Amino acid sequence: MTSLSGRSKVVVKKEMTLAERMYLPAILGGVIITLKHLFKRKATVKYPEKKREFSAVWRGQHVLKRDDKGAERCTACGLCAVACPAEAITMTAGERKKGEENLYREEKYATTYEINMLRCIFCGLCEEACPKEAIFLTDRLVPTEFGRGEFIYGKDKLVEPVDNRVDVTKRQTPAVLEFKKHKNLSHNR
Amino acid sequence: MIKVTIDGINTEVPEGTTILQAARQIGGEIVPPAMCYYSTLKNSGGKCRACLVRVAAGSAKDPRPMPKLVPSCITMAQDGMVVENITNPQVLETRKGVVEFLLLNHPLDCPICDQAGECDLQNFAYEHGMAKTRYEEERRTFDPIDIGDKIKLHMNRCILCYRCTYVADQLTDNRVHGVINRGDHAEISTYIEKAVDNEFSGNMIDVCPVGALTDKTFRFKQRVWFTKPLDAHRDCPKCSGKVVLWTKGNDVLRVTARKDQYGEVKEFICNECRYDHKDMSHWTVEGPRHIDRGSVISQNHYEKVDLVKLKKDVERQLKFQEGKRLEQTNNSAE
Repeated sequence: MTSLSGRSKVVVKKEMTLAERMYLPAILGGVIITLKHLFKRKATVKYPEKKREFSAVWRGQHVLKRDDKGAERCTACGLCAVACPAEAITMTAGERKKGEENLYREEKYATTYEINMLRCIFCGLCEEACPKEAIFLTDRLVPTEFGRGEFIYGKDKLVEPVDNRVDVTKRQTPAVLEFKKHKNLSHNR
Repeated sequence: MIKVTIDGINTEVPEGTTILQAARQIGGEIVPPAMCYYSTLKNSGGKCRACLVRVAAGSAKDPRPMPKLVPSCITMAQDGMVVENITNPQVLETRKGVVEFLLLNHPLDCPICDQAGECDLQNFAYEHGMAKTRYEEERRTFDPIDIGDKIKLHMNRCILCYRCTYVADQLTDNRVHGVINRGDHAEISTYIEKAVDNEFSGNMIDVCPVGALTDKTFRFKQRVWFTKPLDAHRDCPKCSGKVVLWTKGNDVLRVTARKDQYGEVKEFICNECRYDHKDMSHWTVEGPRHIDRGSVISQNHYEKVDLVKLKKDVERQLKFQEGKRLEQTNNSAE
């Protein structure tokens, strides 16, 4: 049978010559290769001391954004969960009470919101489905853990802290940024 | 019997049938959408203008076309009438306008609204509307109020179809709610916040085409596409007892009446069935509810395909396509 790639080599078991039997040239060749690699650029970085630069659209750990006033944007509409091909997202909704207007932007909010990071395939469909610009994937990595339970991220890990915002401006499409300029449209106030 | 042609398809209907009913007899894509018309409620229809069609020939005796588009839900079909629905670009263009008008004051709060996923206005806007709005002014706003202890009224979302007032008129005695004020100020309200506590008042939730009247016992419980609908019944002395249970696991989250393919309830249910029996053991489950494949609720629901029905459906589609082609060739000949 002829090989498909045409690159396979037929192994021939023939008697080695004297030079080959001494092994020295082969060993020397190996040492040269090793030395060459010593001066080459390294393929790895020393994580976590040094971190590799991420692409602006890298899809890493999710963040649930707050709006300018610090109120949670998520309204538990369930579109991310229905878009999720891995079924990693679950949530329960609750009704906002009087006096909580600065905590939640809309009259409905997510009382619990969980993403199972072991199920998540970081496809970014939740981000695309979100009508409220609440969920974004960021350039952060999901850290390793010892137990499976720790990979189920609740609101404590997902919602961005008020004093430590996560920048996602690079991820927003030009169309969205253009839309945000038009504050005269009533559904954009 | 009279002969009517709708989008190139001939059908025979009894005299006194509306164009909409004749179209529904044919079925499929040529059925005009209806936001306010409700076959089980008398006098409904003629308000939302969603079902406007063009009558190319009035009747066999007088084959002149009607000068304006007519609402098909309240216009009677006549012998030899030729109706154009989706084969006429003018009709489709007008429907875009109707969507825009209905959405003038309708808030875009579908992510919050419990009706999302089974909302007539959502479907209508998706199929016939434009993705953008040109409206920049303030929308009229009302605070959501409780009418009765089981129904929440979001007047913001109301499109004034009057279906719920017909329910109040025709299904319940001692009508306690209706439409007050006029024009842009018109709103559904109860008589000085009087509670709606009639035994069949819950049906106004089912007839509401939008999320203006919603079930308070189901409020924000679960998105409708994450629930599993089951056909079920129980012996009820007041109503037929035939309902749909919207379940999640073993919990019954919501009970509604059964809606047909046009979203209309044929057998209204009483409030006891709707609110007081949210337990699986109270019901005899018949099986999973059939949900249209185009609906978001049918996500992850699998069902056996009825091949005979599928064949009929395909044949009907082919017939419809033929009618469409006929119409186009006629136009090009002119």
